[in-house]
Amino acid sequence: MEKKIFERPYIKKIRAGMPSKFGKPVKIDPLPFIDDLPVEELIKQYGSPLFVISEKTIRETFRKAKMAFETRYPRVQFAWSYKTNYLDAVCRIFHQEDAWAEVVSGFEYEKAEKNGVAGNKIIFNGPDKSLSDLKKASENDSLIHIDHFDELYDLIEVAKKMDHKPRVAIRVNMDTGVYPIWDRFGFNYENGDAWDAINRIVRSEKLELSGLHCHIGTYMLSTEAYRRAASKLGELAVRAFHRHNTLIKYIDIGGGFATQNTLKGAYYQGYDTAPSFDEYAESITSALLDVNFPDNKLPLLILETGRALIDDAGFLLGTVLANKRLSGGNRATILDVGVNNLFTSFWYDHEVNPVKDTSDHFEESTFFGPLCMNIDVIRDAISFPLLRKGDQFVIKRIGAYNMTQWMQFITYRPNVVLIDINGSTHVIRKMEDLNAVTAGESVPDHLQKI
Amino acid sequence: MKLKKSIAISESGFVFDPMSGESFSVNEIGMEILELMKQDQPVDAISEYFVKTYDVEASDFEKYFYDFIGMLRQYQLIEDNEPA
Ligand SMILES: Cc1ncc(COP(=O)(O)O)c(C=O)c1O
Repeated sequence: MEKKIFERPYIKKIRAGMPSKFGKPVKIDPLPFIDDLPVEELIKQYGSPLFVISEKTIRETFRKAKMAFETRYPRVQFAWSYKTNYLDAVCRIFHQEDAWAEVVSGFEYEKAEKNGVAGNKIIFNGPDKSLSDLKKASENDSLIHIDHFDELYDLIEVAKKMDHKPRVAIRVNMDTGVYPIWDRFGFNYENGDAWDAINRIVRSEKLELSGLHCHIGTYMLSTEAYRRAASKLGELAVRAFHRHNTLIKYIDIGGGFATQNTLKGAYYQGYDTAPSFDEYAESITSALLDVNFPDNKLPLLILETGRALIDDAGFLLGTVLANKRLSGGNRATILDVGVNNLFTSFWYDHEVNPVKDTSDHFEESTFFGPLCMNIDVIRDAISFPLLRKGDQFVIKRIGAYNMTQWMQFITYRPNVVLIDINGSTHVIRKMEDLNAVTAGESVPDHLQKI
Repeated sequence: MKLKKSIAISESGFVFDPMSGESFSVNEIGMEILELMKQDQPVDAISEYFVKTYDVEASDFEKYFYDFIGMLRQYQLIEDNEPA
Protein backbone atom coordinates (compact mmCIF):
# COMPACT_ATOMS: atom_id res chain seq x y z
CA MET A 1 0.00 0.00 0.00
CA GLU A 2 1.26 3.44 -0.96
CA LYS A 3 2.01 5.45 2.20
CA LYS A 4 0.46 8.86 2.69
CA ILE A 5 2.56 12.02 2.51
CA PHE A 6 3.60 13.19 5.96
CA GLU A 7 3.36 16.84 6.88
CA ARG A 8 4.75 18.29 10.07
CA PRO A 9 1.98 18.37 12.77
CA TYR A 10 1.01 21.89 13.46
CA ILE A 11 -1.27 23.91 15.69
CA LYS A 12 -1.86 27.64 15.66
CA LYS A 13 -3.82 29.96 17.88
CA ILE A 14 -6.63 31.77 16.09
CA ARG A 15 -6.61 35.45 16.82
CA ALA A 16 -9.73 37.40 16.06
CA GLY A 17 -9.58 41.01 14.98
CA MET A 18 -5.99 42.01 15.55
CA PRO A 19 -4.03 41.92 12.33
CA SER A 20 -0.62 40.43 13.04
CA LYS A 21 2.72 41.70 11.84
CA PHE A 22 2.89 38.63 9.66
CA GLY A 23 0.22 40.07 7.42
CA LYS A 24 -2.45 38.12 5.68
CA PRO A 25 -1.21 34.76 4.46
CA VAL A 26 -1.49 34.54 0.72
CA LYS A 27 -1.19 31.32 -1.18
CA ILE A 28 2.48 30.85 -1.98
CA ASP A 29 3.07 29.04 -5.22
CA PRO A 30 5.86 26.54 -5.50
CA LEU A 31 8.68 27.38 -7.86
CA PRO A 32 9.92 24.01 -9.15
CA PHE A 33 11.60 25.24 -12.34
CA ILE A 34 13.87 28.07 -13.46
CA ASP A 35 13.86 28.50 -17.23
CA ASP A 36 12.40 24.98 -17.50
CA LEU A 37 15.23 23.40 -15.48
CA PRO A 38 14.17 21.59 -12.28
CA VAL A 39 15.45 23.36 -9.17
CA GLU A 40 16.03 19.98 -7.49
CA GLU A 41 18.38 18.95 -10.30
CA LEU A 42 20.26 22.25 -10.17
CA ILE A 43 20.88 21.79 -6.46
CA LYS A 44 21.83 18.15 -6.93
CA GLN A 45 24.40 19.10 -9.56
CA TYR A 46 25.80 22.35 -8.15
CA GLY A 47 25.07 22.21 -4.41
CA SER A 48 23.11 24.31 -1.96
CA PRO A 49 23.01 27.23 -1.55
CA LEU A 50 23.29 28.16 -5.21
CA PHE A 51 22.99 31.37 -7.20
CA VAL A 52 21.25 30.94 -10.54
CA ILE A 53 21.13 33.61 -13.24
CA SER A 54 18.83 33.48 -16.25
CA GLU A 55 20.42 34.90 -19.39
CA LYS A 56 17.02 34.90 -21.05
CA THR A 57 15.55 37.13 -18.35
CA ILE A 58 18.51 39.53 -18.54
CA ARG A 59 18.16 39.95 -22.29
CA GLU A 60 14.38 40.26 -22.19
CA THR A 61 14.49 42.81 -19.37
CA PHE A 62 17.18 44.83 -21.09
CA ARG A 63 15.27 44.90 -24.37
CA LYS A 64 12.10 45.97 -22.61
CA ALA A 65 13.91 48.86 -20.92
CA LYS A 66 15.62 49.91 -24.12
CA MET A 67 12.37 49.80 -26.04
CA ALA A 68 10.63 51.96 -23.43
CA PHE A 69 13.18 54.73 -24.02
CA GLU A 70 13.92 54.33 -27.71
CA THR A 71 10.26 54.57 -28.67
CA ARG A 72 10.13 57.96 -26.94
CA TYR A 73 13.51 59.54 -27.59
CA PRO A 74 15.83 59.28 -30.59
CA ARG A 75 19.23 58.92 -28.93
CA VAL A 76 19.51 56.52 -26.00
CA GLN A 77 22.48 54.68 -24.52
CA PHE A 78 22.54 52.33 -21.52
CA ALA A 79 25.71 51.87 -19.48
CA TRP A 80 25.84 48.77 -17.30
CA SER A 81 26.36 49.73 -13.66
CA TYR A 82 29.15 47.34 -12.69
CA LYS A 83 28.65 47.50 -8.94
CA THR A 84 25.20 46.02 -9.30
CA ASN A 85 26.61 42.74 -10.59
CA TYR A 86 30.11 42.60 -12.01
CA LEU A 87 30.47 38.92 -12.72
CA ASP A 88 32.21 38.94 -16.10
CA ALA A 89 29.61 36.72 -17.78
CA VAL A 90 26.81 39.02 -16.63
CA CYS A 91 28.61 42.18 -17.79
CA ARG A 92 29.30 40.62 -21.17
CA ILE A 93 25.63 39.83 -21.71
CA PHE A 94 24.88 43.53 -21.24
CA HIS A 95 27.79 44.53 -23.47
CA GLN A 96 26.54 42.13 -26.17
CA GLU A 97 23.23 43.96 -25.89
CA ASP A 98 25.18 47.14 -26.61
CA ALA A 99 25.44 48.59 -23.12
CA TRP A 100 28.53 50.62 -22.22
CA ALA A 101 30.18 50.22 -18.81
CA GLU A 102 29.59 52.45 -15.78
CA VAL A 103 32.30 52.00 -13.13
CA VAL A 104 33.09 53.65 -9.80
CA SER A 105 36.59 52.43 -8.96
CA GLY A 106 39.92 51.50 -10.45
CA PHE A 107 39.03 47.85 -9.88
CA GLU A 108 35.75 48.11 -11.77
CA TYR A 109 37.52 50.04 -14.52
CA GLU A 110 40.02 47.19 -14.92
CA LYS A 111 37.17 44.73 -15.06
CA ALA A 112 35.47 46.67 -17.85
CA GLU A 113 38.75 46.80 -19.79
CA LYS A 114 39.21 43.06 -19.30
CA ASN A 115 35.71 42.53 -20.64
CA GLY A 116 36.80 44.27 -23.83
CA VAL A 117 34.86 47.50 -23.42
CA ALA A 118 36.47 50.31 -25.45
CA GLY A 119 37.82 53.16 -23.32
CA ASN A 120 35.45 55.70 -24.86
CA LYS A 121 32.53 53.53 -23.75
CA ILE A 122 33.49 53.51 -20.09
CA ILE A 123 31.83 56.03 -17.77
CA PHE A 124 33.94 56.64 -14.68
CA ASN A 125 31.83 57.76 -11.70
CA GLY A 126 32.35 57.99 -7.97
CA PRO A 127 34.29 60.07 -5.45
CA ASP A 128 37.34 57.79 -5.34
CA LYS A 129 39.53 58.09 -8.44
CA SER A 130 43.29 58.09 -7.89
CA LEU A 131 45.65 60.23 -9.98
CA SER A 132 46.67 57.14 -11.92
CA ASP A 133 43.00 56.23 -12.45
CA LEU A 134 42.37 59.72 -13.82
CA LYS A 135 45.42 59.51 -16.05
CA LYS A 136 44.46 56.15 -17.49
CA ALA A 137 40.84 57.17 -18.04
CA SER A 138 41.97 60.38 -19.76
CA GLU A 139 44.38 58.52 -22.04
CA ASN A 140 41.61 56.04 -22.94
CA ASP A 141 39.17 58.88 -23.73
CA SER A 142 36.69 57.61 -21.13
CA LEU A 143 33.89 59.80 -19.83
CA ILE A 144 35.05 61.06 -16.45
CA HIS A 145 32.28 62.23 -14.17
CA ILE A 146 33.68 64.68 -11.65
CA ASP A 147 32.34 64.33 -8.14
CA HIS A 148 33.98 67.20 -6.19
CA PHE A 149 36.23 70.24 -6.59
CA ASP A 150 39.35 68.43 -5.32
CA GLU A 151 38.93 65.93 -8.10
CA LEU A 152 38.35 68.70 -10.63
CA TYR A 153 41.73 70.25 -9.78
CA ASP A 154 43.46 66.85 -9.81
CA LEU A 155 42.11 66.27 -13.27
CA ILE A 156 43.16 69.70 -14.52
CA GLU A 157 46.71 68.83 -13.38
CA VAL A 158 46.56 65.49 -15.20
CA ALA A 159 45.20 67.18 -18.32
CA LYS A 160 48.07 69.68 -18.46
CA LYS A 161 50.40 66.83 -19.41
CA MET A 162 48.11 65.40 -22.07
CA ASP A 163 47.87 66.20 -25.74
CA HIS A 164 44.09 65.98 -25.82
CA LYS A 165 41.42 67.32 -23.51
CA PRO A 166 39.86 64.68 -21.24
CA ARG A 167 36.10 64.41 -21.73
CA VAL A 168 34.23 65.17 -18.53
CA ALA A 169 30.81 65.64 -17.01
CA ILE A 170 29.89 66.87 -13.57
CA ARG A 171 27.69 64.93 -11.24
CA VAL A 172 24.86 67.14 -10.08
CA ASN A 173 22.73 66.61 -6.99
CA MET A 174 19.48 68.45 -6.55
CA ASP A 175 16.10 68.74 -4.91
CA THR A 176 13.76 66.44 -6.84
CA GLY A 177 11.07 66.38 -4.19
CA VAL A 178 12.38 63.12 -2.72
CA TYR A 179 14.10 63.35 0.66
CA PRO A 180 16.69 63.03 1.98
CA ILE A 181 18.54 64.52 -1.01
CA TRP A 182 21.57 62.49 -2.00
CA ASP A 183 23.80 65.53 -1.69
CA ARG A 184 26.93 63.65 -0.68
CA PHE A 185 27.81 63.07 -4.30
CA GLY A 186 28.50 65.70 -6.90
CA PHE A 187 27.75 69.41 -6.99
CA ASN A 188 24.50 70.90 -5.78
CA TYR A 189 22.16 72.51 -8.30
CA GLU A 190 20.18 74.79 -6.01
CA ASN A 191 23.11 76.40 -4.18
CA GLY A 192 24.96 77.20 -7.40
CA ASP A 193 27.87 74.77 -6.94
CA ALA A 194 26.99 72.90 -10.12
CA TRP A 195 27.01 76.10 -12.15
CA ASP A 196 30.25 77.14 -10.47
CA ALA A 197 31.86 73.81 -11.43
CA ILE A 198 30.77 74.26 -15.04
CA ASN A 199 32.34 77.73 -15.10
CA ARG A 200 35.61 76.51 -13.66
CA ILE A 201 35.82 73.60 -16.12
CA VAL A 202 35.23 75.89 -19.08
CA ARG A 203 37.67 78.51 -17.81
CA SER A 204 40.41 75.93 -17.22
CA GLU A 205 40.51 75.29 -20.97
CA LYS A 206 42.02 71.91 -20.16
CA LEU A 207 38.89 69.78 -20.09
CA GLU A 208 36.08 69.20 -22.53
CA LEU A 209 32.72 69.49 -20.79
CA SER A 210 30.76 66.80 -22.65
CA GLY A 211 27.93 65.90 -20.34
CA LEU A 212 25.88 66.40 -17.22
CA HIS A 213 25.20 63.56 -14.84
CA CYS A 214 22.97 62.80 -11.88
CA HIS A 215 22.00 59.75 -9.89
CA ILE A 216 19.17 60.90 -7.70
CA GLY A 217 18.89 57.82 -5.51
CA THR A 218 18.20 54.14 -5.64
CA TYR A 219 14.88 52.31 -5.59
CA MET A 220 13.12 55.56 -6.50
CA LEU A 221 9.38 55.06 -6.59
CA SER A 222 8.66 58.56 -7.89
CA THR A 223 8.75 59.07 -11.65
CA GLU A 224 8.10 62.74 -10.98
CA ALA A 225 11.54 63.01 -9.33
CA TYR A 226 13.11 61.92 -12.63
CA ARG A 227 11.12 64.51 -14.53
CA ARG A 228 12.49 67.23 -12.24
CA ALA A 229 16.04 65.89 -12.52
CA ALA A 230 15.91 65.78 -16.32
CA SER A 231 14.50 69.33 -16.45
CA LYS A 232 17.19 70.72 -14.19
CA LEU A 233 20.02 69.11 -16.15
CA GLY A 234 18.39 70.37 -19.34
CA GLU A 235 18.29 73.88 -17.93
CA LEU A 236 22.01 73.72 -17.02
CA ALA A 237 22.84 72.52 -20.53
CA VAL A 238 21.00 75.43 -22.11
CA ARG A 239 22.65 77.90 -19.73
CA ALA A 240 26.13 76.47 -20.49
CA PHE A 241 25.52 77.01 -24.19
CA HIS A 242 24.26 80.56 -23.85
CA ARG A 243 27.04 81.62 -21.49
CA HIS A 244 30.01 79.68 -22.83
CA ASN A 245 28.93 78.36 -26.22
CA THR A 246 29.57 74.91 -24.75
CA LEU A 247 27.44 72.20 -26.30
CA ILE A 248 26.45 69.52 -23.82
CA LYS A 249 26.52 66.29 -25.82
CA TYR A 250 24.89 63.98 -23.31
CA ILE A 251 22.68 63.94 -20.27
CA ASP A 252 23.16 60.98 -17.96
CA ILE A 253 20.21 60.36 -15.66
CA GLY A 254 21.96 57.62 -13.63
CA GLY A 255 20.15 54.62 -12.21
CA GLY A 256 17.68 54.12 -9.41
CA PHE A 257 14.60 52.52 -10.95
CA ALA A 258 12.75 50.37 -8.41
CA THR A 259 12.20 46.65 -8.82
CA GLN A 260 9.27 44.58 -7.67
CA ASN A 261 10.99 43.64 -4.45
CA THR A 262 9.19 44.85 -1.33
CA LEU A 263 11.13 47.24 0.86
CA LYS A 264 11.24 46.32 4.54
CA GLY A 265 8.40 47.92 6.42
CA ALA A 266 6.57 48.90 3.23
CA TYR A 267 2.81 48.61 3.52
CA TYR A 268 2.25 47.63 -0.10
CA GLN A 269 3.96 44.84 -2.00
CA GLY A 270 6.70 45.91 -4.43
CA TYR A 271 4.84 44.56 -7.43
CA ASP A 272 1.98 46.95 -6.69
CA THR A 273 4.14 50.05 -6.29
CA ALA A 274 7.17 49.81 -8.63
CA PRO A 275 6.68 51.96 -11.75
CA SER A 276 7.27 50.29 -15.12
CA PHE A 277 10.11 51.16 -17.50
CA ASP A 278 7.50 52.90 -19.65
CA GLU A 279 6.46 55.16 -16.78
CA TYR A 280 10.04 56.15 -15.94
CA ALA A 281 10.81 56.66 -19.63
CA GLU A 282 7.74 58.82 -20.13
CA SER A 283 8.76 61.21 -17.31
CA ILE A 284 12.40 61.49 -18.33
CA THR A 285 11.97 61.81 -22.07
CA SER A 286 9.01 64.18 -21.94
CA ALA A 287 11.01 66.47 -19.64
CA LEU A 288 13.96 66.45 -22.06
CA LEU A 289 11.76 67.00 -25.10
CA ASP A 290 10.36 70.07 -23.35
CA VAL A 291 13.81 71.69 -23.07
CA ASN A 292 14.80 74.18 -25.77
CA PHE A 293 18.19 72.68 -26.55
CA PRO A 294 20.45 74.84 -28.77
CA ASP A 295 19.93 74.28 -32.51
CA ASN A 296 17.19 71.82 -31.56
CA LYS A 297 19.93 69.21 -31.10
CA LEU A 298 18.87 66.68 -28.51
CA PRO A 299 21.71 65.42 -26.34
CA LEU A 300 22.33 61.70 -26.04
CA LEU A 301 20.35 60.29 -23.11
CA ILE A 302 22.46 57.92 -21.00
CA LEU A 303 20.96 55.58 -18.40
CA GLU A 304 22.93 53.73 -15.75
CA THR A 305 20.09 51.48 -14.68
CA GLY A 306 21.35 48.76 -12.35
CA ARG A 307 18.99 46.82 -10.15
CA ALA A 308 15.95 47.05 -12.41
CA LEU A 309 17.88 45.31 -15.21
CA ILE A 310 19.22 42.37 -13.21
CA ASP A 311 17.14 41.72 -10.09
CA ASP A 312 14.54 39.51 -11.78
CA ALA A 313 17.20 37.38 -13.48
CA GLY A 314 18.80 36.23 -10.21
CA PHE A 315 17.63 33.42 -7.94
CA LEU A 316 19.10 32.08 -4.72
CA LEU A 317 18.36 28.42 -4.08
CA GLY A 318 18.69 26.92 -0.64
CA THR A 319 17.77 24.18 1.79
CA VAL A 320 16.18 24.08 5.25
CA LEU A 321 18.72 23.00 7.87
CA ALA A 322 16.48 22.83 10.91
CA ASN A 323 13.27 23.85 12.60
CA LYS A 324 13.23 25.22 16.10
CA ARG A 325 10.89 26.76 18.56
CA LEU A 326 12.19 29.84 20.32
CA SER A 327 11.65 30.42 24.03
CA GLY A 328 8.45 32.35 23.43
CA GLY A 329 7.01 29.52 21.35
CA ASN A 330 7.69 31.25 18.04
CA ARG A 331 8.84 29.13 15.17
CA ALA A 332 12.35 29.54 13.78
CA THR A 333 13.45 28.03 10.52
CA ILE A 334 17.19 27.77 9.92
CA LEU A 335 18.25 28.01 6.29
CA ASP A 336 21.61 27.39 4.66
CA VAL A 337 21.31 30.89 3.13
CA GLY A 338 22.49 33.69 5.39
CA VAL A 339 23.02 37.43 5.09
CA ASN A 340 26.57 36.62 3.95
CA ASN A 341 25.02 35.56 0.65
CA LEU A 342 21.89 37.68 0.68
CA PHE A 343 23.03 41.17 1.57
CA THR A 344 19.80 42.66 0.22
CA SER A 345 17.79 41.01 3.00
CA PHE A 346 18.79 44.09 5.02
CA TRP A 347 16.62 46.17 2.65
CA TYR A 348 13.94 43.86 1.37
CA ASP A 349 11.37 41.39 2.60
CA HIS A 350 12.46 38.97 -0.08
CA GLU A 351 9.89 36.72 -1.65
CA VAL A 352 10.57 33.07 -0.87
CA ASN A 353 8.93 30.15 -2.65
CA PRO A 354 8.96 26.48 -1.75
CA VAL A 355 10.18 24.18 -4.51
CA LYS A 356 7.49 21.56 -4.02
CA ASP A 357 3.76 21.86 -3.71
CA THR A 358 2.67 22.37 -0.11
CA SER A 359 -0.51 22.12 1.87
CA ASP A 360 -2.59 25.19 2.54
CA HIS A 361 -1.42 25.35 6.13
CA PHE A 362 0.69 28.35 6.95
CA GLU A 363 2.89 28.89 9.89
CA GLU A 364 4.31 32.11 11.23
CA SER A 365 8.04 31.85 11.36
CA THR A 366 11.33 33.66 11.23
CA PHE A 367 13.85 32.55 8.60
CA PHE A 368 17.35 32.61 10.03
CA GLY A 369 20.59 32.03 8.17
CA PRO A 370 23.26 29.63 9.45
CA LEU A 371 25.72 32.23 10.74
CA CYS A 372 26.50 32.51 14.43
CA MET A 373 25.17 36.02 14.81
CA ASN A 374 21.93 37.70 15.65
CA ILE A 375 21.65 39.83 12.55
CA ASP A 376 21.51 36.77 10.34
CA VAL A 377 17.82 37.05 9.56
CA ILE A 378 16.50 36.48 6.06
CA ARG A 379 12.82 37.15 6.85
CA ASP A 380 11.75 38.18 10.31
CA ALA A 381 8.02 37.69 10.03
CA ILE A 382 6.86 35.39 7.34
CA SER A 383 3.77 33.29 6.97
CA PHE A 384 4.90 30.23 5.13
CA PRO A 385 3.85 26.67 4.35
CA LEU A 386 5.28 24.12 6.77
CA LEU A 387 8.87 23.30 5.93
CA ARG A 388 10.90 20.32 7.04
CA LYS A 389 14.59 19.70 7.25
CA GLY A 390 15.92 19.12 3.76
CA ASP A 391 13.12 21.00 1.99
CA GLN A 392 14.36 23.32 -0.72
CA PHE A 393 13.28 26.86 -1.50
CA VAL A 394 13.95 29.62 -4.00
CA ILE A 395 14.45 33.29 -3.17
CA LYS A 396 13.44 35.41 -6.14
CA ARG A 397 14.67 38.71 -7.53
CA ILE A 398 18.13 38.75 -6.02
CA GLY A 399 20.26 39.51 -9.10
CA ALA A 400 21.25 43.02 -7.98
CA TYR A 401 23.90 43.85 -5.38
CA ASN A 402 24.18 40.38 -3.83
CA MET A 403 26.90 38.93 -6.03
CA THR A 404 28.98 42.02 -5.36
CA GLN A 405 28.22 42.85 -1.73
CA TRP A 406 28.31 39.28 -0.46
CA MET A 407 30.73 38.46 2.31
CA GLN A 408 33.11 35.61 2.67
CA PHE A 409 32.27 34.95 6.30
CA ILE A 410 32.47 31.62 8.16
CA THR A 411 31.92 29.63 5.02
CA TYR A 412 32.65 29.61 1.28
CA ARG A 413 30.64 31.55 -1.23
CA PRO A 414 28.62 29.15 -3.37
CA ASN A 415 28.60 28.39 -7.08
CA VAL A 416 26.97 30.85 -9.45
CA VAL A 417 25.37 29.17 -12.44
CA LEU A 418 24.17 30.84 -15.62
CA ILE A 419 21.33 29.27 -17.58
CA ASP A 420 21.93 30.33 -21.18
CA ILE A 421 19.18 31.00 -23.70
CA ASN A 422 19.29 27.37 -24.89
CA GLY A 423 18.82 26.05 -21.38
CA SER A 424 22.42 24.89 -20.90
CA THR A 425 24.07 25.62 -17.57
CA HIS A 426 27.50 27.15 -17.00
CA VAL A 427 29.32 27.74 -13.73
CA ILE A 428 30.28 31.41 -14.06
CA ARG A 429 31.84 31.66 -10.61
CA LYS A 430 32.88 28.54 -8.89
CA MET A 431 32.38 27.87 -5.23
CA GLU A 432 35.31 29.04 -3.17
CA ASP A 433 37.67 26.63 -1.50
CA LEU A 434 40.40 27.02 1.07
CA ASN A 435 42.95 28.03 -1.56
CA ALA A 436 40.73 30.68 -3.08
CA VAL A 437 40.00 32.22 0.31
CA THR A 438 43.55 32.14 1.67
CA ALA A 439 45.40 32.99 -1.57
CA GLY A 440 46.33 36.47 -0.40
CA GLU A 441 47.48 35.45 3.08
CA SER A 442 51.06 34.87 4.16
CA VAL A 443 52.49 33.60 7.44
CA PRO A 444 55.64 35.29 8.86
CA ASP A 445 58.62 33.01 9.62
CA HIS A 446 58.19 33.13 13.37
CA LEU A 447 54.66 31.78 13.05
CA GLN A 448 55.48 28.92 10.70
CA LYS A 449 55.82 26.46 13.51
CA ILE A 450 53.06 26.13 16.09
CA MET B 1 1.44 13.73 29.04
CA LYS B 2 -2.29 14.12 28.63
CA LEU B 3 -4.52 16.41 26.70
CA LYS B 4 -6.73 18.49 28.93
CA LYS B 5 -10.08 16.70 29.32
CA SER B 6 -12.15 19.76 28.52
CA ILE B 7 -10.58 20.35 25.10
CA ALA B 8 -13.07 20.09 22.24
CA ILE B 9 -11.86 18.95 18.84
CA SER B 10 -14.01 19.44 15.75
CA GLU B 11 -13.64 17.32 12.66
CA SER B 12 -12.83 20.29 10.51
CA GLY B 13 -9.56 20.98 12.31
CA PHE B 14 -10.57 23.35 15.08
CA VAL B 15 -9.64 22.97 18.70
CA PHE B 16 -11.42 24.87 21.44
CA ASP B 17 -10.26 25.31 25.02
CA PRO B 18 -13.35 26.25 27.09
CA MET B 19 -11.19 27.14 30.10
CA SER B 20 -9.36 29.95 28.34
CA GLY B 21 -11.82 30.61 25.54
CA GLU B 22 -9.02 30.27 23.00
CA SER B 23 -9.44 28.44 19.73
CA PHE B 24 -6.79 26.91 17.52
CA SER B 25 -6.46 25.47 14.06
CA VAL B 26 -4.55 22.25 13.37
CA ASN B 27 -3.51 20.48 10.22
CA GLU B 28 -4.55 16.88 9.48
CA ILE B 29 -1.54 15.23 11.07
CA GLY B 30 -1.94 17.36 14.18
CA MET B 31 -5.60 16.40 14.28
CA GLU B 32 -4.84 12.69 14.15
CA ILE B 33 -2.29 13.04 16.93
CA LEU B 34 -4.80 14.89 19.10
CA GLU B 35 -7.41 12.21 18.53
CA LEU B 36 -5.01 9.42 19.45
CA MET B 37 -3.97 11.38 22.53
CA LYS B 38 -7.63 11.80 23.50
CA GLN B 39 -7.91 8.03 23.40
CA ASP B 40 -4.93 7.91 25.81
CA GLN B 41 -2.77 6.03 23.34
CA PRO B 42 0.83 5.76 24.48
CA VAL B 43 3.53 7.52 22.46
CA ASP B 44 4.89 4.25 21.06
CA ALA B 45 1.52 3.28 19.67
CA ILE B 46 1.04 6.72 18.12
CA SER B 47 4.43 6.52 16.50
CA GLU B 48 3.80 2.99 15.22
CA TYR B 49 0.55 4.10 13.64
CA PHE B 50 2.16 7.04 11.80
CA VAL B 51 5.17 5.11 10.57
CA LYS B 52 2.83 2.44 9.20
CA THR B 53 0.41 4.84 7.54
CA TYR B 54 2.65 7.67 6.41
CA ASP B 55 5.88 8.07 4.55
CA VAL B 56 7.91 8.99 7.63
CA GLU B 57 10.76 7.39 9.61
CA ALA B 58 10.27 6.71 13.31
CA SER B 59 13.11 9.05 14.28
CA ASP B 60 11.71 11.85 12.16
CA PHE B 61 8.24 11.31 13.51
CA GLU B 62 9.51 11.48 17.06
CA LYS B 63 11.19 14.81 16.34
CA TYR B 64 8.05 16.36 14.91
CA PHE B 65 5.81 14.78 17.54
CA TYR B 66 7.72 16.28 20.45
CA ASP B 67 7.89 19.59 18.67
CA PHE B 68 4.09 19.47 18.40
CA ILE B 69 3.76 18.54 22.07
CA GLY B 70 5.91 21.56 22.80
CA MET B 71 3.40 23.75 21.00
CA LEU B 72 0.51 22.17 22.94
CA ARG B 73 2.33 22.85 26.17
CA GLN B 74 2.98 26.42 25.07
CA TYR B 75 -0.74 26.86 24.49
CA GLN B 76 -1.50 25.15 27.81
CA LEU B 77 -3.53 22.38 26.25
CA ILE B 78 -1.68 19.70 28.18
CA GLU B 79 -2.52 18.67 31.70
CA ASP B 80 0.73 17.57 33.29
CA ASN B 81 3.92 19.46 33.62
CA GLU B 82 6.37 16.64 33.21
CA PRO B 83 9.03 17.44 30.63
CA ALA B 84 8.36 15.92 27.23
C1 LIG C 1 26.41 56.59 -10.11
C2 LIG C 1 25.50 55.41 -10.11
N1 LIG C 1 24.90 55.03 -11.25
C3 LIG C 1 24.07 53.96 -11.29
C4 LIG C 1 23.79 53.21 -10.17
C5 LIG C 1 22.83 52.06 -10.27
O1 LIG C 1 21.71 52.29 -9.50
P1 LIG C 1 20.45 51.34 -9.47
O2 LIG C 1 20.93 49.94 -9.20
O3 LIG C 1 19.62 51.87 -8.35
O4 LIG C 1 19.75 51.44 -10.79
C6 LIG C 1 24.39 53.59 -8.96
C7 LIG C 1 24.09 52.82 -7.74
O5 LIG C 1 24.23 53.21 -6.62
C8 LIG C 1 25.26 54.71 -8.93
O6 LIG C 1 25.86 55.10 -7.79
